[in-house]
Parts: sequence; C-alpha cells; structure tokens
Amino acid sequence: MSGPAPAPPAAELLLRLEIEAFHGAYCAALDEGRIADWPRFFTLDALYRITARENEEAGLPVGLVYCEGRAMLEDRALALAKTEMFAPRYLRHYVSNVRVLGSDAGVISAAANYLVLQTLVDRPTTIHQAGRYHDRFVRDGGHLLLRERHCVYDTLVIDNALVLPV
Amino acid sequence: MAQEDFRWPAEGLARIPDWVYTSAAIYEREVERIFHGRTWNYVALEAEVPRPGDFRRSFVGPTPVVVARGADGAIAVFENRCAHRGSEFCQDNRGNAREFVCPYHQWTYDLAGRLVGVPFRRGVKGEGGMPASFRLEEHGPRRLAVTTRRGVVFASFAQGMEPLEEYLGPDILADFDATFDGRALKILGYYRNTVPANWKMYHENLKDPYHATLLHSYLVTFGLLVAGNKSAMIVDGNGRHGTMASARPDKVDVDAEARREMRAFHESLKLADPRILDYVREFRSPWSVTMQTIWPNMVVQRELNTLGTRQIVPKGPGEFLMIWTMFGYEGDSDEMTRHRLRQGNLMGPAGFLGLEDNEAMKFVQDGIRAARGGNAVVELGGDEEGTSEKLITEAAIRSLYRHWREVMEL
Repeated sequence: MSGPAPAPPAAELLLRLEIEAFHGAYCAALDEGRIADWPRFFTLDALYRITARENEEAGLPVGLVYCEGRAMLEDRALALAKTEMFAPRYLRHYVSNVRVLGSDAGVISAAANYLVLQTLVDRPTTIHQAGRYHDRFVRDGGHLLLRERHCVYDTLVIDNALVLPV
Repeated sequence: MAQEDFRWPAEGLARIPDWVYTSAAIYEREVERIFHGRTWNYVALEAEVPRPGDFRRSFVGPTPVVVARGADGAIAVFENRCAHRGSEFCQDNRGNAREFVCPYHQWTYDLAGRLVGVPFRRGVKGEGGMPASFRLEEHGPRRLAVTTRRGVVFASFAQGMEPLEEYLGPDILADFDATFDGRALKILGYYRNTVPANWKMYHENLKDPYHATLLHSYLVTFGLLVAGNKSAMIVDGNGRHGTMASARPDKVDVDAEARREMRAFHESLKLADPRILDYVREFRSPWSVTMQTIWPNMVVQRELNTLGTRQIVPKGPGEFLMIWTMFGYEGDSDEMTRHRLRQGNLMGPAGFLGLEDNEAMKFVQDGIRAARGGNAVVELGGDEEGTSEKLITEAAIRSLYRHWREVMEL
C-alpha cells in the first residue's frame, strides 16, 4: 500500500476508534503503575515481544522481553511488583498514527506509533523509546484483546534499562 | 589530578579508591595500556560474518573498528577511521560489501582495510592532486592482530600477542569451550544499552557472587540460586578473567538462617509459567550457569540455556555501551529456540537480573561521582585472592585490582 488512502468506510472508522480506546486504557494502566492489570489486555495464548528494529528487519527473533502466553506476562508483572529493584520513575506512553491494516477470520491487524517518556525522580524527562506496535486483536465478548503485540523500537541504544512494559 | 595524587589507600586491596572510576586521566591510561595494550579484545562472532564481504561494525575499547571477511575467507579487523580526515567510514552496524568507500571524499578500502583508491590522486588535467611521493600503502587505518576460537573473534592493537588459549589460561578456557563447544552458532539478535557507570564495574559485578543472592531476589524467590548452592568463582592465574559458576539444586531448600539474611526471600510467590527456569542439559560442564568475564571487554553468558556475548565499549570514565549478541546453535529445534528466547527474559537491559545490575551500577556511579577521597570496602573473604568456592567473598575483585595496578603502574 502506498500513497494517500481513500476515505475509509464508517465501520473502519469505528473500529479505529475502538482500538484507540484500547490503547488509551492500556497506557493508563501502565502510566498509573497498575502493573497487575497489564496482562488483562491479552488473550491467554498471547505473544508479547519487545525488540529492536534492527532485529525485526533482519528477521532475528530475539525479544528484549519475550512472553509466550498470559501466564508469562503475569509472571513479569509479579516480578516487577515484588522482586525487581529499580529506581523510582514515572512513565508516560503516547500512541498515535493508529492504522487498521486488515481483518481475517476474526483477527484484526493494526499498527500504531508509540513513544514512552521516562522521568526519573532526579533527572529531566527523556524520550526512553520511540517505536511501533504491530498488533493482532481478537474479540472476547465485547472487548478487544491482544493476541499478539510486537513492540519494535527505533531507539536501538537503550538508556540503562527498560524496566516497565511498553 | 596530578599523577602523585593517585595514591592507593594504605589498606591495600581491601580498598578501591573512587578515582579508578571517575578520573579522566586514569581512563586515558586504561585505553592506552589495557584496550590498546597487550590484551585480546572480543570483536565479533564468526556467525555474524559468515560469507565473504560480510562485515560488522565493532569496537576495541572506545575505538571504532570494522570486522570484515575477505574473499579468501580470512577475517580482518581494522580501525573504522578514514586515513584522510578521520571519518568513521563504515556507518552500518552490519552488512555485505565489496569494499568500503568513505562517503566524504571517496577514499576506498578493501576488505582487509588497505587503502586502494584516492579520487583525483593525479589532480585534474595535471593540476592539483597528491604529491608524486604519496604511496597508498603508507596510509590506511591501523590493522589489528586477529585470532579466533570456536567461532569467536578477538583482535589486538598489540603485535606478538600470546595465543588466546594462553591468554585465557586453562581454567577459563575450559568453561569458554563448554559454551563454544564446536556446534555452529545461530544468531538470535541484539540488545544495546548504555550504563552510566565505569566499565570496570561490569567486570566487578560478575566477580562478586555476594550480590547475586542479595540484589537478585528473583533468583532466590524462584529457587534458581540460593546461598549454599554448589558454586565457584574461578579466576585465571593473572587475576583478570573470571567465571562465576553455579550448579542449580534439584529442589529449593533454604535454611532458616540463610532466609533471614536474604530479606528478599518470598517463599509464597510462585511462577504461573515456570518454563522460564527449565534447564535442558546440553553442555559438558558440571555448571548450569557460567558467567565469564574475559578481560578487558567481553562477557560470555551461559545462564541455563540462554546464551550470549556482551561487548563492553567504554565511553569515558562514567559511561559504557553494552552490545549483547544473543545466540543458539544451528540445529536447535524451534521449541529449543523458543525456550532460549523465553529464558532470555532473565538477561539484557529488560531482564529480571540484567536490569537490576544496570540500576545498581548507576547507583554506585551516582554515589561516588560527587564524592572526594572515598574508597570502596572490599574485605569479604579477608585477604584471600584467586579462585574460591565460597559465595560470600570478594577475592576475585582483589585479584583483578592486583592485575590492574600492575598494568597501570599505580
């Protein structure tokens, strides 16, 4: 696909709004520190991966975070809440340029740009990560859930550590 | 600080003065004597440059280099610095090329780093150009000595280096060979991060088994490492390399006394998906975990089945870049690859252990940056040095500084 897109039909606009509402709720959970809520945005069999753009473009499978299944997401949330040592910080996620790329057998493919701002309590705010979500949503009752989220970041050199999810 | 101000504390190796981590003058001397001195520096895995013309941008100390495989299959390592004006002519982290052309004035280098072309060398219509005395072969980036073992590439600015096997010594080589066991490596991908701390702290952290059960409560909570495990901190004869090794227990059994000491121990917490801690026995080694520090710039990670190299690139006394190359083996099943990827959540700048190490080192550098005249206290295990089977000892750190002071003449 290239060039300007024609005006989308109303159903697609509605779907895009629904996905934007999903991103809003997802980011709110992370930005408000409700880490235990984060796995609930995923299906039981979800794949969640954060990887550098250089890996994605070279077809290399590694994940900075690589979770197969919601249980692994829950374990990460548990570890962050109970065992992990890191300096206090605030995060703010921004999601924009949401695009619905297609829908096949109930699986909706979508993508969006993201920006994560990080503020350590003794430093100025920094852009911690700029990247793109590559998502596959499914419907569960009235909700959208992520069956797959690949967070592909341009910020190849990470400033010290990526503590909280993207 | 003037030279005479770098006086080691009277307590000897039981103290490390802050200036080893903060002084620009000390850092400059480290680049000259250590990274550009008589050391073998890790620069690449052969699996990253399998075909003729494949290259990887790399570093020896802070100095940018290119690792390239020539048409004859030989690997060359040379400075990534144009002989003309000094620009870093190779800008891609990886790729394949027939030659390297500096984008500024198109000076051209072959895959061995030799200068082979200078545009308008004879000028235009006989005017301008290089003097007749200019010889291509007298110019070009510095070319480094290269050695490889089991698919791992090392380079040195020093000529006449001893063989790598001798440089590592038999005890370090044994665990190196257990990870690089002859199977062809398969690259799984990269992480890169900076750490706002002195580069030596990364070595010290991996020569400090004391921190593992205390900082990394994940390990203790979920039963991967407990005080009393079979373990060893192995040090080479020169005190510069190390292997932090442990063998996982079959069941978690922490006695009450050890539990009181480790505030982090949460007996009630359980993983919902414990596959992350599975260990597939695939190595000829008594250890389930070996973390090797190969002086001066390499870490070999074998944490159960998640494998990787880490390259330390110093950026001055207070910062370093870390390049992680994660790998498995050719012939791994899809499930084994996914197991390595799942287990990869332990390490890296978002790993349950990795992120804590980076945070802790930042705290130390922040703590000493502003201080004047402070010292670290390194007294665990008394004055023992070298290999130890105790967890609660800093013997390997003392060995490292005995070596460092010798090389640095401090």
